[in-house]
Amino acid sequence: MEFDWPFFFEVLIGGLLAGVMYSLVALGFVLIYKASGVFNFAQGAMVFFAALTFVSLVEKGLNFWLAMAATLAIMVALGVAIERVVLRPLVNQPQITLFMATIGLTFFLEGLSQGMWGAQVHGLELGIKDVPFKVAGISISQFDLFAAGTAAALVAALAVFFQKTRIGRALRAVADDHQAALSVGIPLKHIWAIVWAVAGFVALVAGLLWGSRIGVQFSLTLIALKALPVLILGGFESIPGAIVGGLIIGASEKLAEVYIGSPIGLGIGTGMENWFPYMLALVFLLVRPEGLFGEKHIDRV
Amino acid sequence: MRVRLGFGIRIAAVCLGLTGAVVAGQALAQQAKEQFVPMLSYRVGPYAAGGSGFFSGYIDYLDMLNKRDGGINGVKLTWEECETEYKNDRGVECYERLKNKGPTGGTVFTPLSTGITYAILERATNDKHPVMSMGYGRTDASDGRVFPYVFPIVTNYWSQNTAKIKYIGQREGGMDKLKGKKIVNLYHGSAYGKETIGILDAQAKKYGFEVSHIEVPHPGNEQQSQWLQISKIKPDYVILRGWGVMNPTALKTAQKVGYPSDKIIGVWWSGAEEDVIPAGDAAKGYIAAGFHPSGKDFPVIQDILKHVYGGGNKGAMDDPKRIGQIYYNRGVIQGILTAEAIRTAQDKYGKRPINGDEMRWGIENLKIDEKSIKQLGAFGMLQPLSLSCLDHEGGGAVKFQQWNGERWVVITDWIQSDQTLVRPEIEKSAAQYAKEKGITPRDCAKEAAAGKK
Amino acid sequence: MFYREAGQFRVSYAEDQRIFPIRQDRYGFVAVLLVAFVGVPLLANEYWFSAILIPFLILSLAALGLNILTGYTGQLSLGTAGFMAVGAFAAFNFAIRIPGLPILAVFMLAGLTAALVGIVFGLPSLRIKGFYLAVATLAAQFFIEWVLTKFGWFSNNNPSGVITAPAMKLFGMFPVDTPMKRYLFTLTIVAVMALLAKNMMRCATGRAFMAVRDMDVAAEVIGIPMLRTKLLAFAISSFYCGVAGALWAFAYLGSVEPQAFTLDRSFQILFMIILGGVGTVLGSFLGAAFIVLLPIFLNNFVHRIVPGLSSDLLSNLELMIFGGLIIFFLAVEPHGLARLWQIGKEKLRLWPFPH
Repeated sequence: MEFDWPFFFEVLIGGLLAGVMYSLVALGFVLIYKASGVFNFAQGAMVFFAALTFVSLVEKGLNFWLAMAATLAIMVALGVAIERVVLRPLVNQPQITLFMATIGLTFFLEGLSQGMWGAQVHGLELGIKDVPFKVAGISISQFDLFAAGTAAALVAALAVFFQKTRIGRALRAVADDHQAALSVGIPLKHIWAIVWAVAGFVALVAGLLWGSRIGVQFSLTLIALKALPVLILGGFESIPGAIVGGLIIGASEKLAEVYIGSPIGLGIGTGMENWFPYMLALVFLLVRPEGLFGEKHIDRV
Repeated sequence: MRVRLGFGIRIAAVCLGLTGAVVAGQALAQQAKEQFVPMLSYRVGPYAAGGSGFFSGYIDYLDMLNKRDGGINGVKLTWEECETEYKNDRGVECYERLKNKGPTGGTVFTPLSTGITYAILERATNDKHPVMSMGYGRTDASDGRVFPYVFPIVTNYWSQNTAKIKYIGQREGGMDKLKGKKIVNLYHGSAYGKETIGILDAQAKKYGFEVSHIEVPHPGNEQQSQWLQISKIKPDYVILRGWGVMNPTALKTAQKVGYPSDKIIGVWWSGAEEDVIPAGDAAKGYIAAGFHPSGKDFPVIQDILKHVYGGGNKGAMDDPKRIGQIYYNRGVIQGILTAEAIRTAQDKYGKRPINGDEMRWGIENLKIDEKSIKQLGAFGMLQPLSLSCLDHEGGGAVKFQQWNGERWVVITDWIQSDQTLVRPEIEKSAAQYAKEKGITPRDCAKEAAAGKK
Repeated sequence: MFYREAGQFRVSYAEDQRIFPIRQDRYGFVAVLLVAFVGVPLLANEYWFSAILIPFLILSLAALGLNILTGYTGQLSLGTAGFMAVGAFAAFNFAIRIPGLPILAVFMLAGLTAALVGIVFGLPSLRIKGFYLAVATLAAQFFIEWVLTKFGWFSNNNPSGVITAPAMKLFGMFPVDTPMKRYLFTLTIVAVMALLAKNMMRCATGRAFMAVRDMDVAAEVIGIPMLRTKLLAFAISSFYCGVAGALWAFAYLGSVEPQAFTLDRSFQILFMIILGGVGTVLGSFLGAAFIVLLPIFLNNFVHRIVPGLSSDLLSNLELMIFGGLIIFFLAVEPHGLARLWQIGKEKLRLWPFPH
């Protein structure tokens, strides 16, 4: 039977675009890990909180941009609060403790989001009709393209921010070596607050896009789990790694679901999507333990 | 360093207080003429929207009965909510905590979760507390001979599935027109999701249509590959057997690949406002099964609004806009069934608080006809029910409704299930369970003859 | 004052190597055992057995398993629930397919199966470290979940995929059916395995584990075989988790859906060892008690103390308080409850004198 090329490209492109969405979430992780060395598991809950706050404000009557500004302000405040209440008391603790603290933070944020705004689900319309359009016989989703474009713009903005502005340089210095940064006079606490605020902004964008894709509801917090294999592949500290990792994971996940499942005789739709990205990342790690773009960790005895 | 020790003592105090509070929680002052209804509810977590709607409706109905009628034949209803977070072990803990509360113990358990139903099934049977798994739970519990204490009342998954195929047949112009058609079963990757694979295959064989089963791994917020495959198969219908976020994602992704929404037919756990609103206009035209409609116009809902919410009082539903929505009404129906079963049991055992065993009898002999439905103010909401020792389902029919962007519009009348297909499967599965567990099935005829209680 | 060691001499190597060298400790421990084996069955009611004590014991066993791997050997793992699931399903299959197999043998075999799976998924640890390893073990978690759900053979081709555990009979004669019997059964198994774990960690195996945790390159240099040690850690840890999973199915819930062993459970157990104290046996128990009791306490307490708030808000408040308390405890005592206990004991040795 002739290989169905158009379908293959549909799956591939769909996967790549989905992968960009994963990268968006992974970006938040990378930012925080880079600057404060904390693996912020609460990123998923932050995405949910941001999306829920935005949608509730819009439903209460605020207009789109005002609501976005208000949510941004809230996210920044949240980031600062987290830095003060969670991170500062735990300074110098081993990574695992900080990781667990962020999981505690996840519970807190989940309860806060639904306590504040209620348990209902909301739709989120960004004004883009998600009807597919055909290019050379292949259906591509408009919305996914828009999301990819937004993510690209965000990455570009972040890249400029890190490379060209003073604060960006300070962030990179802190990521490199806390002590050295302190000794040059960089205010560590301010930097961390800024990083968390930026991560909050990224969470907001991710929340808007994902919320528009699947609705604003509790399951948004689970998106974080999709971002983890992306992080492994790309390395925890690399922004381009998050993008590339996302693309690879997204594409391979979909392709595996469609093409590996069927021939093995497990029937179409084998549900491999859940573990395949992790397996892939695992295999990758065996070859390159720090991820594609991660920093090599040198163990000294 | 002394601060540390003080802190340590404080910890010990907290632990003691902790155990004390849990223990104290057991000893509640007992009132005489009260019927305690335990609520294994969930209001946090991914399914909080459905849970909060359902249990609020349930509580509001019982509250209304207390306020309007003074309870059931003078026996007031009391209740307590225990948060399960939709987790099985929390459900078990809540069950154990609430089962002995109240003068006669927990009347009936309605966990609104198939997983929790499975987890408490044996305990409830041993402790003699009935479980009403209305529209969910173990399908084979419809065979009351093996599961005396479990009631998948109103309709179960398999019955609903056959009704769905009948509806599709209706749309096509007759069951014979089903031959050669393609149907995709898009199901949630869980025990709940897989329940209908067998029955669909059986019907495919009987009516000659082609069915493909596609799994969506939990939680289902990414369905691109599944829907791309569906668009390749080009089925005539897609049966959506989803749960939670899988539902709106399915509808949105269907729009993404260009599959028409009115060819997607969902089960009733994919047919509430929470499942379609997040999908926006991708959900317009989507059809779902339901064993009750939404709406506020029913007299019983109006009564709740008057007696519970009237005069600015607060009921259990935080957001009054959600009164009349699908999950809320589902809770009200649960309330109706519980109350009527209590009434049935009271008619036999006396107008006093009844215990679990008596409630079991009450549910098993529950008969609600058109006249009583009208009296209850639920005409159109509830179908006539008649349970028995053999049949713990009692109804089996569903209605189909379509989402028009703002609300659900009922588009069919009650469609009955095909029990000739369903019943043998149920009995087979129940028999296997009985064999595994070493249970001797009841003899319904003998019990009826002996006029056993 | 009463915790003085004066007058207690150790006159043999055996006495020197005791787990509890101080007499007061020994008496205290015996008292705890008496309360657990005799006092609780006499005093507790069914609710306590079924809903609190049994899950607490089983989860402490799983926490112990994870502690062996993460606390003592430093290999961060998030696949705990997956190994528990393997144990549960393996126990079910052994019990169903080999009728007449004694229940203890069923559990042993289930544990061994889990250990084998643990070895397979432990192989990456030879190359990957730290957080990357944690995320890699997630692969184990999700893969195991998928395999057990996908292939009907594991659940005896039950149409709904939910297995009901067969009844347990100790030595083929004594049925373990009432909550109290289940409690005693679980307690015995957990006590024996905890003792084994404690001793294992005090001997050469445990020391090798700790060497790997502290600095694995140095450990390799002095001759500790990396491959064998790490895989052994995974095997033992998975054995414990497997037995815990089997107990969860047989002695607690009575039925298992693969969704009972999700990522949430893995996180829960990780919480237990972090809050209880990484790298201690006592910590596993303290952490398990904390995590099991706290939500129930909150559920009871919050509803009572703040009447008039809507149920929605109350439930969410519980969740918030739970998260907040975790952060609080981590900030106040990052080494966990076991460390608090240790400090308490040190204070007791001097009491009533300040130093």
